[in-house]
Amino acid sequence: MSTAKQEKEPLFSPKNKKLLTSPINLNNPITVQVLGICSALAVTAKLKPAFVMAVSVVVVTALANVIISMLRNGIPPRIRIIVQLVVIAALVILVDQVLKAFVYDVSKQLSVFVGLIITNCIIMGRLEAFAMGNKVWPSLLDGIGNGLGYGLILLIVGFVRELFGSGTLWGYNVIPAGAFEIGYMNNGFMILPPMALIIVGIIIWIQRSKNPELFEEN
Amino acid sequence: MKLLRDFLDKQKPHFVKGGRFEKLHSTFDAFETFLFVPNKVTSSGAHIRDAIDMKRTMIIVVVALLPALIFGIWNVGYQHYLSQGLAYDFWPMFGFGLMKVLPIIIVSYVVGLGIEFAFAQVRHHEVNEGFLVSGMLIPLVMPPDVPLWMVAIATAFAVIIGKEVFGGTGMNILNPALTARAFLFFAYPSEMSGDLVWIAEKADAYSGATPLGHLLVGEVDKIPSDWAMFLGTIPGSIGETSTLAILLGAIILIATGVGSARIMFSVVAGGLVMGWLFNLWGANDYMNIPAYQHLIMGGFAFGTVFMATDPVSASQTGIGKYYYGFLIGMIAVLIRVFNPAYPEGMMLAILLMNVFAPLIDHYVIQSNIKKRLKRAKVAVKA
Repeated sequence: MSTAKQEKEPLFSPKNKKLLTSPINLNNPITVQVLGICSALAVTAKLKPAFVMAVSVVVVTALANVIISMLRNGIPPRIRIIVQLVVIAALVILVDQVLKAFVYDVSKQLSVFVGLIITNCIIMGRLEAFAMGNKVWPSLLDGIGNGLGYGLILLIVGFVRELFGSGTLWGYNVIPAGAFEIGYMNNGFMILPPMALIIVGIIIWIQRSKNPELFEEN
Repeated sequence: MKLLRDFLDKQKPHFVKGGRFEKLHSTFDAFETFLFVPNKVTSSGAHIRDAIDMKRTMIIVVVALLPALIFGIWNVGYQHYLSQGLAYDFWPMFGFGLMKVLPIIIVSYVVGLGIEFAFAQVRHHEVNEGFLVSGMLIPLVMPPDVPLWMVAIATAFAVIIGKEVFGGTGMNILNPALTARAFLFFAYPSEMSGDLVWIAEKADAYSGATPLGHLLVGEVDKIPSDWAMFLGTIPGSIGETSTLAILLGAIILIATGVGSARIMFSVVAGGLVMGWLFNLWGANDYMNIPAYQHLIMGGFAFGTVFMATDPVSASQTGIGKYYYGFLIGMIAVLIRVFNPAYPEGMMLAILLMNVFAPLIDHYVIQSNIKKRLKRAKVAVKA
């Protein structure tokens, strides 16, 4: 590698941009790596909790990546998982307290799932796979990118489920009352967790048919 | 006949590669082979040549469904006029039923075949005949008053998520018709259960509960006589009420070898054994009803004959079919008696066992391999 370039790599060089964008599509944590499915099923019945969850995960992945990346040379390899968990747990508790303070009702809906961000495989995975071996700035981008990739899927699933399941978006009625009078009904299946799995499946289907590089040999 | 053949031959060049409607090749192919036996024969290798193909198989199933369909159409009218306290001749009742049932059948076929054709064009494969049966089964498991748009989405869901996702006819894990019903059952429970939906345009004061609905709330004395349940003059989904009509279908299926008699018998056996076990236990009134009544109530007979025997989603191995069928019967009765949220367990039991069918097959084959290996070793030693 040429040293001159290495020293003054621009903040958004193509390589760094790729860290941010690749998890949103080709390397999406949910639809390609199939991680973090549990919370994607649990919190997406409505758009608002899905959005709050997405933001929380973006914050936690980004900050955890930054902190671990700073510490990476000082962490003894044998206890690195514990160190990572402590960092994540601290961040999650911070997020939880902020949610309780400012959006109490959503925090109640998310209930245990905020705490369970700690066990979200995406975060641990990024710390292990990326932050432990990369500098702070790329780690931050990687964290934000993966958080956004996760959040994007959450928002799509939440949008579809709330629109067809409850007839609302962000809590506001969007299906006109006239539709209900002529016989339209909300789809109760959308509220149930299996439908979230089916919607994620459909997203994977569409994504793969648009990106030939994701085809798997079998 | 000659005229039709000539017409098809004239149109054919437009649909082959390079023709004007090349993209619609499989559509043309579907119609041609639907009308005439295809003239293509296998050219190499060892093949079993037989007059039966998927089209003939499917047509036989549709024929076997006709008694249940015709009785169902009549019964929709009969129940409607009965609820209003009126008695009519055969034809007005049949006419009313036809007005209710025919639109559901048309919607089911149009939506389902439309999607099948679209997928066949996109994926460049032949249009399969699997939907001929599914399209007839879907209306028969719907309540007579179901809104048509619900039939449309349920059919679309069943064909896309239940079948095409897995690769089309022959690849599906779940029975498509039951997938459609389960979808509606969970999506719009108020239109698919309770005691308001089983009689078309019911008069308000008349009770429209099915026998299973009565049993669920503990009204054992209110269920109709065995004879009525066997003949099918009771409220219920369109095609499932008459055990007699379904038996006629079963005879056709077994006689032609299209439906698996093993599965049918073992489902019945499973239901009887479970009902009998409940009789021994006898903790409440529901458990005390005679075991045979489970067979003539609700969708048990219909599911046994037409759903559980679906050759794609059922077990494939001979012994596996016994396990598969027996467990369907047992689980269906178990759900009926124990689970207050689901009055009819047949649909869920079949779907559940559809999922387990490949596992059953796997173990049957493994045990077979082990047995043969053992025999081979003994032979070597001797």
